Order: sequence, then structure tokens, then C-alpha cells
Amino acid sequence: MSPTPSPAERLPTDWKSDAMRKRIARRYAAERRFHLLGLGAVLLSAAFLAFLLVTMMGNGLRGFTRTEIALKVDFPASPLLLDPQAITNEALANANLPMVTSAVAEKMLGKDADALLAPTAWLSLRDAIKADPTILNRTEVIRVPASTDIDLAAKSDGTPAAEAAVKRLKQAGILSTGFNWSFLSASDGTDPTQVGIWGAFKGSLLTMLVTLVLSFPIGVATALYLEEYAPKAWWTDIIEVSINNLAAVPSIIFGLLGLSIFLNFLHLPRSAALVGGMTLALMTMPVIVIAGRNAIKSVPPSIRDAALGIGASPVQVVFQHVLPLALPGILTGTIIGMARALGETAPLLMIGMRAFIATPPGGVSDPATVLPVQIFLWSDEVSKGFVEKTSAAIIVLLVFLLAMNGLAIYLRNKFEKRW
Amino acid sequence: MTEEQKSLAPADPKMTARDVKVFYGPKQAIKGVSIDVDMDNVTAFIGPSGCGKSTFLRTLNRMNDTVASARVEGTITLDGEDIYAPSMDVVQLRARVGMVFQKPNPFPKSIYENIAYGPRIHGLAASKADMDVIVEKSLRRAGLWEEVKDRLQDSGTALSGGQQQRLCIGRAIAVEPEVILMDEPCSALDPIATAKIEELIHELRGRYGIVIVTHNMQQAARVSQRTAFFHLGELVEYGVTSDIFTNPRQERTKDYITGRYG
Repeated sequence: MSPTPSPAERLPTDWKSDAMRKRIARRYAAERRFHLLGLGAVLLSAAFLAFLLVTMMGNGLRGFTRTEIALKVDFPASPLLLDPQAITNEALANANLPMVTSAVAEKMLGKDADALLAPTAWLSLRDAIKADPTILNRTEVIRVPASTDIDLAAKSDGTPAAEAAVKRLKQAGILSTGFNWSFLSASDGTDPTQVGIWGAFKGSLLTMLVTLVLSFPIGVATALYLEEYAPKAWWTDIIEVSINNLAAVPSIIFGLLGLSIFLNFLHLPRSAALVGGMTLALMTMPVIVIAGRNAIKSVPPSIRDAALGIGASPVQVVFQHVLPLALPGILTGTIIGMARALGETAPLLMIGMRAFIATPPGGVSDPATVLPVQIFLWSDEVSKGFVEKTSAAIIVLLVFLLAMNGLAIYLRNKFEKRW
Repeated sequence: MTEEQKSLAPADPKMTARDVKVFYGPKQAIKGVSIDVDMDNVTAFIGPSGCGKSTFLRTLNRMNDTVASARVEGTITLDGEDIYAPSMDVVQLRARVGMVFQKPNPFPKSIYENIAYGPRIHGLAASKADMDVIVEKSLRRAGLWEEVKDRLQDSGTALSGGQQQRLCIGRAIAVEPEVILMDEPCSALDPIATAKIEELIHELRGRYGIVIVTHNMQQAARVSQRTAFFHLGELVEYGVTSDIFTNPRQERTKDYITGRYG
């Protein structure tokens, strides 16, 4: 070991030496490397995002359009038993429109006409009559949806027979592409031409509402209690550890919990948005509690002191100072939890929200399904027409998610205060 | 209490502290302090860092209650009433004994709201017009009115440090306290802002009982009439300010004010 020089023996630092210059160069190189690494990471994630969006859009946007065939319907000549003066839902239901539609199509398009039209084509006739009963007195051109085979052949590639039919229809000039409004207004169905996203969308909306109404107040109250009131004791430590663990529990476990408690024990309605929302609330709550506690903790103690110092009661301090200042953070946590809940499928399968439900739910206790489960169900379908519907549903889900995040960012900026 | 200290005690003190001991868990932070606060004299607490002067100050309006491990012994009275008695409402106590903190801590709200908050929670204003009067009076008394009267709706946090501290003083006096405790109110301020606060303390004297903790001995000499020197949790010397600074009785006081340690 060499003897350490005493302070007096130390030479003055040579700031211009080669070793020093090298050290500085290394420092700058490290800085540049780190900078490039970060930039690379950002670019990579942006590329993944762009890739996802492009593929989704490529497949999904086709799901929002449908191929239509223009049928020339001579209403007076058709065997319709309808009085233009008395159009009621009942009269329309009894008018045997499906048969009339196939008859018209057969006359116009030949023997295989039924294979060209969607099973729901007659609905277009019904809606047209409903909108304007006077067309019963004349011949009218009505666009009806084409069958899945024709739709696929017209948009991309279908079976040889369908391709031939499309060619024939195009020559006749009665084939067109229109925006598929019924995709936004209909619910699940058996045929890809008739399915829509509205039922699942409304189900998601109701489920999220239940989740928010349950998890936000309970989560915030829990966070407030644990941060502001709970004594430091062994049982509060246990609660804290439990909540942190709950946030990491796989979601399917929550589904089983919901199944055994809400359905088997409390006998709440199966497949309903109420139970789905309650199950997801169990999952979201720990996330809100953790985010809420962090947000409350980060409120500067000087603000509490200030309020206490002029005689605010603890409740006033919490509700007039701490909570408003913590709100942006709490909202961020809430939206992260809600976004996770919105995309959740597994726990909802456990409580029966994977049923085939062809009517949109009227309330939280009606059978419903949600967007991710709907996507899962459609992706499992055999018919090729469901592929683009699945992608389209994914786009709807993503738009829902973006809208929710946008709202969260808006709210956060609105409540954010600087000091 | 020694004989000299007894002679200091005014006939009718606003607040009295007798043999106050403060413990943080097993550690004793204050070792038997007795002091009087009256309306006519500003009392300054001086002493090196960690000597317990801020801790003692915070026992006077029970701000130490927020520290779970803190325990207070002895008696502190406000108008003869024990402030640690179960019958004492701590919320009202803190309105009567206001506090100004080391770091200016206005609420992230408008200047108007900063002042109006206290009177509002205590129900001191019957109407909006009443509140306007209270806000103007408080800001005037805090020497801030002329500077902010045209921007009462601006955020209180947008003011300069010195203005923020005067806003905090205005906020404290808006609830008409009887005593104001100031915990190193100028330590984060520049000399000009400090001078303004000191001037303000002079003007407020007589209307409120004022206790100020300070690291700055010149400041203690300038603003106070009574000085208490703390060291290691003990009240080493307590007396008329001019006596303490010109003729300290204790060796430790002398060492501290001559800059031997601290």
C-alpha cells in the first residue's frame, strides 16, 4: 500500500491535463448515448402504435361499410296486405315482407336471388314504408344489404361463385357501397350483415357507469381515511398490504369472486351490467386507492398547516384543501383503472356476460354484453364476414377508450392548480 | 420561575405557559418552560437550530397535535383557560391564536379567497359586502392593499415571496385572532421584504399578542420587547430584550449573542 499523501502534499489539480480532457469527453459521450437510447425507445413505441393503427384501420374500416343491391319494388303489384293510411308496427309485422322481398328479388335477379341478399334485406323495405307510406302506391327503388358472400366479394375477395355474381350485379348497375348505419345501431346477430355494436357499446357504457359510481367514491374515501385518519397500527398496515396485493390479482379471480358472491350468494341477475360493473369495481378500487393515496400524500404539508393554522377543522382541511389539490392525481388513477376495466374480458366471462344477446340492454339489470367480450365472441365465429366486424368493433372500443382518456386529461387540466 | 421573570410578568397576561414539557416519543424536546405573552410586548424566541423554540411555539396553538408522537405536559392558558383542557375546542383555539409559517404558504386560490377563507369558515361575515370590508381591512393592515387592490382575483401564489408572506399575515389577522405566532416569518425573504414585515409587526403590536421565532438576532432586537433564549430545550434566559442583548445574565446567552456558537 502506498502511503496516502497528506493534504499539504497534494498537487494542485491540473484542469487542462489529457486525463481530464478524456474524462470530459467520456462524460459527453455517455450523455449522447443516453439521449439516443431514449429517442430510440420513443421511436420504437411510436412505430408499434402506428403499425397497430394501420392494420386495425385497414381491416376495420371495411366493417363500417356494406354492399347494397338496389331492388326495384312495384308495391301496388306486390301481394302486400298493407293500407297506406294505417301503417302500424303490427300491420308491418303481419304483412309478410320477407316473402315479398324474396319474390321481388327472384323476379329481378333470378333463381339464386336469396343467396345474394342478406337475411335481413326485408328490414330495409319495412323501414322505407315506415318512413314514407305513400311509396305503397308506386314503384320505388330500395337499397337492401347484400349477403355476406357478396359483401366480401365486392370488398375484397370471395368465392368464385360470389365473384361472378358481383360482376353480374355490377354490370346491371345495381350494386353500391354505403355506410353501414345498422352496424352502429344494431346488436349481436347470427349473420354478419345484420350485426351491430350498439348493444355491446351500451352494455359497456352501463357497466362502466356502475363501476365508476361504486369504485370512485369508495376508493377515494378509503384513500382519504388511510391517509388522513387511520392510526398507525398493525391493522392499517395489513389493510395497506392487502390493497396493494389486490391491485395485482389476476382479473379472472375477480370474476370468480363475482360469480360466487354476487350471483350464487346474493342472487343478482346473471349477465347483467350491474354485476359486471360490481365485479369490475372490485378490480378498479385498489388502483384508485393507491393512486389516491399518492395524490393525497403529495399535497404539500404547508397547505394543511395553513388551513389548520387559521382554525379549519380536519374535515374542512380535507374537503376544502387536500381533496381539491389531490383531485388531478386521483382522476388520473381513476382513468387508468377505468381504462383497464373497459378492456377487461375474463372476469365478465365468469359472470355470464358472454351470452348471445340480440337486444341492447334497457337498464343495468338487463342481460348485456360489453365491447371486449363482443370482440372475443365475434373473433370466434366461423363466418368470414365476422373478421371485419371484429376489427370494426376493436376500432369502436379504441375510440371509446380515447374518448375516456381525453375526458380525463381535460378534467385533470381543469382542476390542476399550481403553487 | 425566577424572581426576575416574575417581575416581567404583566398584570394581565394574554397567554401563560407554566413548566411546559414536550416529548417526542421518549425524547424530551422542551424541558420546563414558563413564559407570558401579553398584548403590549412582542416576544421573540431566539436560539440555535434544534433548540426547541419552534416546537414550543407550536404548543401555544396546539399545532403539535398533528404530530402523533408528541406529548405536552404543564399548563398553557389563554385568558386564564387551559388550552389543553378537554373542554377547549382546538379549532376555535387556532382561530384565536393565529399562525404565520416559515415558508409563505398561501392557498392556491385567489388573493381575495385567501383572506376570505378564515372569516368564511368561522362565519364572521354576514354578507358579501361584509366580506369585502374584511378583506380590504385585513389587506390594509397587512400592508398589502395598495399593491394588490386591482388584482384581488389573481392567484395568491403568483405574488412575490414577501407579498405572499404579508398575504399570510393578512389571512391570519382576517379572523381577528388575539395572539399571532410567527415561526421565522422572514427566513425565506430578502432584506427589503423583511423590513416590511418588521414594520408590520410594529404596527400590529398592541392590537394582537405577537410571538416571533427568529434566527436573526438583529431582528429580535429590532422587533421585540421581550426575548427568550432557548438552548437544548431549556429556556436559558427570558427578559426585556434590551437587557438580554446588552447585559445577558447567563454565560450561554452571552456566547450565543456574541456569535460564539449557534
